[in-house]
Amino acid sequence: MHVGLEHYLTVSFLLFALGMLGVIMRRNLIVIYMSLELMLNAANLALVAFSRFNNKLDGQVLVFFIITVAAAEVSVGLALIVALYRRRQSAHVEDLTGMKL
Amino acid sequence: MQDQLFPWLILFLPLFAAVFITLFTLHSRGLSAFLSIGAIVTGFILSIIFINANGWNPATTEISRTWLSIGSLQVDFGFKLDALSMMMLLIVTGVGGAIHIYSVGYMHEDSGFSRFFACLSLFTFSMLGIVLANNFIEMFIFWELVGVSSYLLIGFWFEKPSAGDAAKKAFIVNRLGDFGFLLGILMVWGILGSLNFTFLKGQLIGNPAALGASATIAGLLVFCGAVGKSAQFPLHVWLPDAMEGPTPVSALIHAATMVAAGVYMLCRILFLLNPDCLSVIAYIGGFTALLAALIAVQQDDIKRIIAYSTLSQLGYMVMSVGLGGPTAAMFHLTTHAFFKALLFLSAGSVIIALHHEQDIWKMGGLKQKMPVTFYTFLIGTLALCGVPPLCGFYSKDSILAQALSQQNYVLFAVGVFVAGLTTFYIFRLFFVVFLGKEKSEAVSHAHESPAVMTLPLVVLAVFSVIGGFIGIEGIYHAMFTGKTEESAGFASTLFAPFTHSPVAASLGILAVIIGFVCAFALYAKAEKDPLPEKLGGLAVAMKNKFYFDELYEATFVRAHDFIAAVMDWIDRWLLEGFCIGLIRGGTDLTGRALRLVQTGNIQTYAFMFVLGVALVLWFVLK
Repeated sequence: MHVGLEHYLTVSFLLFALGMLGVIMRRNLIVIYMSLELMLNAANLALVAFSRFNNKLDGQVLVFFIITVAAAEVSVGLALIVALYRRRQSAHVEDLTGMKL
Repeated sequence: MQDQLFPWLILFLPLFAAVFITLFTLHSRGLSAFLSIGAIVTGFILSIIFINANGWNPATTEISRTWLSIGSLQVDFGFKLDALSMMMLLIVTGVGGAIHIYSVGYMHEDSGFSRFFACLSLFTFSMLGIVLANNFIEMFIFWELVGVSSYLLIGFWFEKPSAGDAAKKAFIVNRLGDFGFLLGILMVWGILGSLNFTFLKGQLIGNPAALGASATIAGLLVFCGAVGKSAQFPLHVWLPDAMEGPTPVSALIHAATMVAAGVYMLCRILFLLNPDCLSVIAYIGGFTALLAALIAVQQDDIKRIIAYSTLSQLGYMVMSVGLGGPTAAMFHLTTHAFFKALLFLSAGSVIIALHHEQDIWKMGGLKQKMPVTFYTFLIGTLALCGVPPLCGFYSKDSILAQALSQQNYVLFAVGVFVAGLTTFYIFRLFFVVFLGKEKSEAVSHAHESPAVMTLPLVVLAVFSVIGGFIGIEGIYHAMFTGKTEESAGFASTLFAPFTHSPVAASLGILAVIIGFVCAFALYAKAEKDPLPEKLGGLAVAMKNKFYFDELYEATFVRAHDFIAAVMDWIDRWLLEGFCIGLIRGGTDLTGRALRLVQTGNIQTYAFMFVLGVALVLWFVLK
């Protein structure tokens, strides 16, 4: 079977949708975070696929940027979650409603 | 040319004094008085020098600078220099100067001494502005400034509620007149396209019908200003109340100068008034003269009697203008400034001696206690009555002669009758205050006022005696008719009224004699007023000023209050309650509804965010 652009994009879309559902529906902050990474990587996959099928390197360059930024983001985000957990003894979003009036 | 500088100096020195006193010398009484008196006396001296150098009809009759220029509207700031304005300059600075000096004595115990002189100087500045103005707008500005300074001075003792009320009343009643005045000015400008007196006069002489059908209306609207300022019927109610101010103010503003501004203005714009206007003016003047004289007969407050007398004399002047006799009007204005200022200042001297007692029935027997005041008041009284050869006789006679020569016998009769009434009420005052028995404890402690007060009295008394035959009338006559009369000898000037119009002169004197005899019979030894028993209801009406205040209270004030209440209701309920309430309530309600969306749950936000992105995508990709 020939694997075309549409297959890559379908996988990318499924990954993105799964990640989005995870962000909206899961309660644990760590899991939400992992879902976010999943969405980023879905985007990466789409970019790489486009790059391959258009014979251009722009998409792959962008992917490297995304990986770098994601790494930095994860380090900051995880640090925040750990700090939050130490303070509140919880990493569940239901407990984090301090912004509500 | 250095002469051109003089009018500027004369006008602006008092303003400088007022500003300087207000800013720097409020705590230094001597310096304030010195500045204020210095400014006006310098003005007087400069006026004399100017007139000496240039004569009564100077070569340059107008000095003017463009002040505003908007489209076709050009407003100048300039001076009109002719016999009329220069004579008024002398009156304002001369009589005003005497009153300034007198004030030093009258006010010296008052804590607002410096403030008083600042206001006086401001007033002098405004009055000189009216006198010198060469166009309508400039005159109107100074006209209003005079109103403001009059407000400040009437309400000088603002701790007294009555003084505050009187000040407000004077200001508001004047505003009514000024509203008409402004409309008249706009009308004249709209039709003739200029505000300059000289230009307007030239145009109207060239084409008397230039104002067209609205000539009468324009003239009467301008006359409204004079009705307010000169306190003519029906806006006469403010002047007697203005007596709440200090007595020098009453003398300066409400006798000698400000109230004369209306008459002066009428003489200045005489060319605008057509015969219809003039007859209205004449009858309003005559009616005011009669009404005020009747009211004066039954007043008990020394200052109010003189105030009603002022009203009555102003009525004479306005009547004279209406009868086409500006010469007589201005002549009477001049002599009236002398003797009425004299009467007021003498009354002030009495009031101070009796520690602010103003009821004439608590005075009496002051002849021995205050000889100087007695004699100056006597001269003022005789001049007011028109006893020859005092100045009042000549000016009043020329008004009566004017009425006779116009064959207006109604107004002539009114004039003669009022002359009799004038004699009656002023001698009533004189007998009760200065002769007879002491009617209260305060009189026994009274003593003569200091020289700073009596000296101005003597100066004014001298002018009240000689004012009639020193050629003042000739100057006005030359100004208004353009003819210079050959200077008649002193003796013939002295007897001019009898040769000129013997009927008017003799009837005038007869009225004076009758008035005097009545006053003597009733009041020479009176302990209390015998007139109410004799006249009954009429006397009560006179005492209550023919109920004009009550009438205005019941109609205009009531109507005004009603409109105000309706407007208050509209503001409170329609504007604030409905319009503003709707907007405020709507915002509040929307805010409350939107607040429900703010759950604080991060996943709700994320969900909405996704929803939003989906919506945007749908719109973009559709």
